[in-house]
Amino acid sequence: MRYLYYPGCSLEGTAIEYNLSTRCIMHMAGVELVEIDDWTCCGASAAEATSDLLSLALPARNLAIAEKMEDVDEILVPCSACYLNLKKVEEKTRGDQRMMNTLNTILAEENLRLQGRAVVRHLLDVIANDLGAQKILSLVKHSLRGLIIAPYYGCQCLRPYTVFDDPEVPQSMEPIIEATGAKAHHWDMGATCCGASHMNTRMDVGIELVAHILEGAKGADAIVTVCPMCQMNLEAHQRKISHWRHAELDITILYLPQLLGLAFGISEEELGLNLNLSASDAFLEKIQKAA
Amino acid sequence: MKTATNLDVYYEAVSASDKLAPIQEMIRACMQCGTCTGSCPNAFAMDYTPRQLWRLVLLGQKDEIFRSKTFSLCSDCYLCTLRCPRGLHLTEAMDALKQIAAGENRAEYKYSILFNKNFMQSVRRHGRVKEMEFMTNYFTAVKNPLVPFRFASLGIKLIAKGKVSVSWLPKARFPLEKIFQKVNELETPP
Repeated sequence: MRYLYYPGCSLEGTAIEYNLSTRCIMHMAGVELVEIDDWTCCGASAAEATSDLLSLALPARNLAIAEKMEDVDEILVPCSACYLNLKKVEEKTRGDQRMMNTLNTILAEENLRLQGRAVVRHLLDVIANDLGAQKILSLVKHSLRGLIIAPYYGCQCLRPYTVFDDPEVPQSMEPIIEATGAKAHHWDMGATCCGASHMNTRMDVGIELVAHILEGAKGADAIVTVCPMCQMNLEAHQRKISHWRHAELDITILYLPQLLGLAFGISEEELGLNLNLSASDAFLEKIQKAA
Repeated sequence: MKTATNLDVYYEAVSASDKLAPIQEMIRACMQCGTCTGSCPNAFAMDYTPRQLWRLVLLGQKDEIFRSKTFSLCSDCYLCTLRCPRGLHLTEAMDALKQIAAGENRAEYKYSILFNKNFMQSVRRHGRVKEMEFMTNYFTAVKNPLVPFRFASLGIKLIAKGKVSVSWLPKARFPLEKIFQKVNELETPP
């Protein structure tokens, strides 16, 4: 299996461990990732708050470069915000020649042309459907039996485009978590919003949303995420939120490929676990003792 | 002078309704059912609910819309878009309101406007966002010493883990300049 790979800006900065662990587990699963040449920012949520056209032109540039590379059409994207921005161009240009022409007028400035061949895939979609629980099970060397893991999906890999899971009651992570030997925590917070950039511009509102999620995870040993923004919001403000809610809400937050990597027997260092802000010693000990 | 002032008011009203017109078109079929409000994770912090905001948009109440914090509190979760029984693209309509506010540099939304603008400036300079440069410029721009203070402990943690670089930034190459300029050209009315 081969995919083009769009890491996105966060995976070079605050989410390095998401990049490390994604590459590690994909390598173990025999999947080849070909990074898109000279990729640039997808526009995040900032472009769409400033200009509609720019918010489509920035991801379109990356899709056009991807289409020039290899004869692989599928682009693997781990970050949910990048995924949605790239997917939006795929969806909005399909059957809309006017939109395609407008974007190509812009891309012509860089001698690029979008043909509409690229298919954008979220990492979770690829893990759940292309690899599947059976493949994950076959790679497990260190069972995580005894652990309870809360699957957190966030918003933008699920909505507005319903590609690979139920957009309100997602379940795609559960068989994968259970393939590692761990149990999935049953809760109804998996598809609720983490507040996105509110944590920067309206911390009072962001904290309220994250507090509900952390409270919902009571009883689980860790929460797993599939988005750098969700990860940062859930892990970076736990002490403040606990203090403010008068409750012990500290919990380990991991990226899904980090959890899978631990079950595959990959070292904590290779998975970048030292880079997480919330991986507790108690949790890491429990992982060692599991199985 | 008096005539000029009246004309100014008139032109402002015309251009206001011009700007709202595409958004009114997007949500014309709104039947005020309130599913958006019931679905919104941020409704608790809003002054007008999303449902009320759509009514204001259809009524062309620009002053009231841009006195409200409602659209700036949309976190793009797409739950309202998913559930709207009329199939309206409500999250995109929220974004369109954010774009008007940013275009007019409205002081009421200073924090989110400066956050987004400084983000896009870093992308324009380097092609990829450089988090340290972007956050430093954002803190400088908001001119509120309490804001960087709130992020100090997180910033130190991130630097210690080598997740944000404190070394000198690479020189700006402006690799996306042609794209930014062409978008700007297409968006400027003739």
